[in-house]
Amino acid sequence: MLQISADAHAEMVAHCWAGLPLEACGLLAGTGDHATRCYPTANVAESAVVYTVDPKGFLRADRDAESQGLAILGVFHSHTHTAAYPSPTDVAQAPDPGWHYVLVSLAEGAPVVRSYRIIDGNIDEEPVVLVQ
Amino acid sequence: MPVDVRIPTMLRPHTGGAAAVTVDASTIREVVDQLVAAHPGLAGQIVTPDGAMHRFVNVYLNDDDIRYLDKLETKVGEGDTVSILPAVAGGS
Repeated sequence: MLQISADAHAEMVAHCWAGLPLEACGLLAGTGDHATRCYPTANVAESAVVYTVDPKGFLRADRDAESQGLAILGVFHSHTHTAAYPSPTDVAQAPDPGWHYVLVSLAEGAPVVRSYRIIDGNIDEEPVVLVQ
Repeated sequence: MPVDVRIPTMLRPHTGGAAAVTVDASTIREVVDQLVAAHPGLAGQIVTPDGAMHRFVNVYLNDDDIRYLDKLETKVGEGDTVSILPAVAGGS
């Protein structure tokens, strides 16, 4: 399960929406499986079909999270025209088996947010629970 | 020179869980060599067997990406922090 604070969830979705027509991405930080902070980052691939988290954005997020006693616990990115499901590329490039991988699909009228664990190439969906 | 190295979470199983390691080195290449010597599980994870930077890893010297400095030959000194971060990417 991924618990995510309502503010972080809203910021994440807004960042994805604002990134259109390109894919947007960012990091989530918190403690355990509870994300309390969203760190929108630039997509340095600047593409509608692939994303690369700006490494400098990752560095800043990592330092800021640490200064608040939080840890980076996952990454989110948008799929502009496809479903909120990890693509083969997403699975192949998932860097950390401990992370939560959140997909935000903007393919339909309203954003769809789903989260997954990706371990050894296996995709397991998990519930996303908003908390105050 | 003692240099602090920040280890990303997915490499910490190879450092016994340590999030930061101090090594004695004067270039990034030496930093990596020292890391691997102390934690053999890191072999090939940061620098590939043919001596190049791993393409899915980003290495920062303080605030600067070493790719824009001298890459693995970038000099490091006392008080410097080397941060190792995974490349985070994917597609639709």
